[in-house]
Amino acid sequence: MVQVIIPPTLRRFCGGAEQVEVQPGTVTEVIDQLHDRFNGIRDRLLEGSGKVRGSVLLFVNEQDIRFLENQETHLLQGDRLSIVPAFAGG
Amino acid sequence: MSDSHGYMKALKCRECGREYPLSATHVCEFDFGPLEVAYDYERVRTVLDRKCIEGRPQTMWRYRELLPVAEEPTVGKQVGYTPLVKADRLAKRLGIRELWVKNDAVNYPTLSFKDRVVSVALSRSVELGFKTVACASTGNLANSVAANAAAAGLEAFVFIPHDLESGKVVNSLVYGANVVGIRGHYDEVNRLCAEIAGKYPWAFVNVNMRPYYAEGSKSMGFEIQEQLGWRIPEHTIVCMASGSLLTKIHKSYQEFSKLGLVPESKWRMHGAQATGCNPITTAQKAGLDFFKPVKPNTIAKSLAIGTPADGFYALKVMKETGGHGEDVTDDEIRDGIKLLAECEGIFAETAGGVTVGVARKLIQQGKIARDSSAVLCITGNGLKTLDAVSSHVGATREIRPSLREFEALLSEGGKRHAVTA
Repeated sequence: MVQVIIPPTLRRFCGGAEQVEVQPGTVTEVIDQLHDRFNGIRDRLLEGSGKVRGSVLLFVNEQDIRFLENQETHLLQGDRLSIVPAFAGG
Repeated sequence: MSDSHGYMKALKCRECGREYPLSATHVCEFDFGPLEVAYDYERVRTVLDRKCIEGRPQTMWRYRELLPVAEEPTVGKQVGYTPLVKADRLAKRLGIRELWVKNDAVNYPTLSFKDRVVSVALSRSVELGFKTVACASTGNLANSVAANAAAAGLEAFVFIPHDLESGKVVNSLVYGANVVGIRGHYDEVNRLCAEIAGKYPWAFVNVNMRPYYAEGSKSMGFEIQEQLGWRIPEHTIVCMASGSLLTKIHKSYQEFSKLGLVPESKWRMHGAQATGCNPITTAQKAGLDFFKPVKPNTIAKSLAIGTPADGFYALKVMKETGGHGEDVTDDEIRDGIKLLAECEGIFAETAGGVTVGVARKLIQQGKIARDSSAVLCITGNGLKTLDAVSSHVGATREIRPSLREFEALLSEGGKRHAVTA
């Protein structure tokens, strides 16, 4: 299974879960699985075109997917997807 | 103040306009857009005028109706009102008619503009009942959270990249904060902190407290306008990490203008980055509305954010005001630090070198007219980034305590060198 870390902003839509397990697949497929289970999640994360919103950052095993294969990045058994809002300065 | 929220109305999504309660939250549930504080400007207008402001103590809190606290501030009450220096010698070197330096290198208590945002974030954190505060930091924020939390009796956790300048590490540890060095760059620190903030009930100043925190930056712009004699400068040059400071100084000009505190005028906001971390200026120069993330590699570590949260908004402000973005190499950053120090006696950290270097470039390129007036925003103190310049500022020349040796040194042209005896 693949572990998805749910940020506080989305937990209300995921029955309060802090993390969720889904089947391996690409980032897009993982988001589709989340959407099937928790209706509306896809719209929170993706623009109408299907592209990840600019204000959403996705990490596979701590790596920003934009430095990997973006939404085509594959998550394998035991991998972890983190959903994080864009970073502020510090 | 007349009700429990002061002059704040709500938190509002910058993307879709949905409103949220004034709690510790920073992202819209519907589109992940950043939340911003909305104010009741009509009420502010009835109480805030120039005379009222001028009669208050010289701190950033003289503009408190436009800062997001419900009651009187409790943390960082002495912060702000740093000097605005007329920089005639630097103006001459850069080839511009009029130049001012807003010097937050001497901000109280930790020598950077971050004391502004932290005093707001921690005052609001106390109002919301938090006992533990935290931050992800490139250094200056860590220093400020550690110091201000200590003074307020709050527990602090600060998370920094493990390879920060030693000055910034010591300046966090000395206050007794829990300092955690992360083996990664700032974007990785921030990603980890987003996850920690989702698990622990702490006030993370630049995560869940971000809507309040970011508003503190406006005070730098309020002060610039008042110190210029209640007017908006033609050009403002601001260094960019996340891009937030640039957007908030712009907002401060909009607010004073809207409230009739300054005359209507046109202004331009220019953004400065290091070439080793330039996602925003690269996009600006290419005419794009979006940026491509980068992996930072620059001596300007306080600006090393490869995935800037406010990059999109900073680009928008530069475009709307007719401003420009530019970046400078590490050598140009050091030159900028030295130029500011030698001309104005102000020792800025690396981010200040970025601002000066970019101002010089924009003036040379004709993007800032030579017959105009500009303000440089200097955000941090050079004593914190000695490592970056220590081997580039020359060396002392040693002599025995002998007048003859001193005069021999002078005759060698040694007047330009520091002398130790």
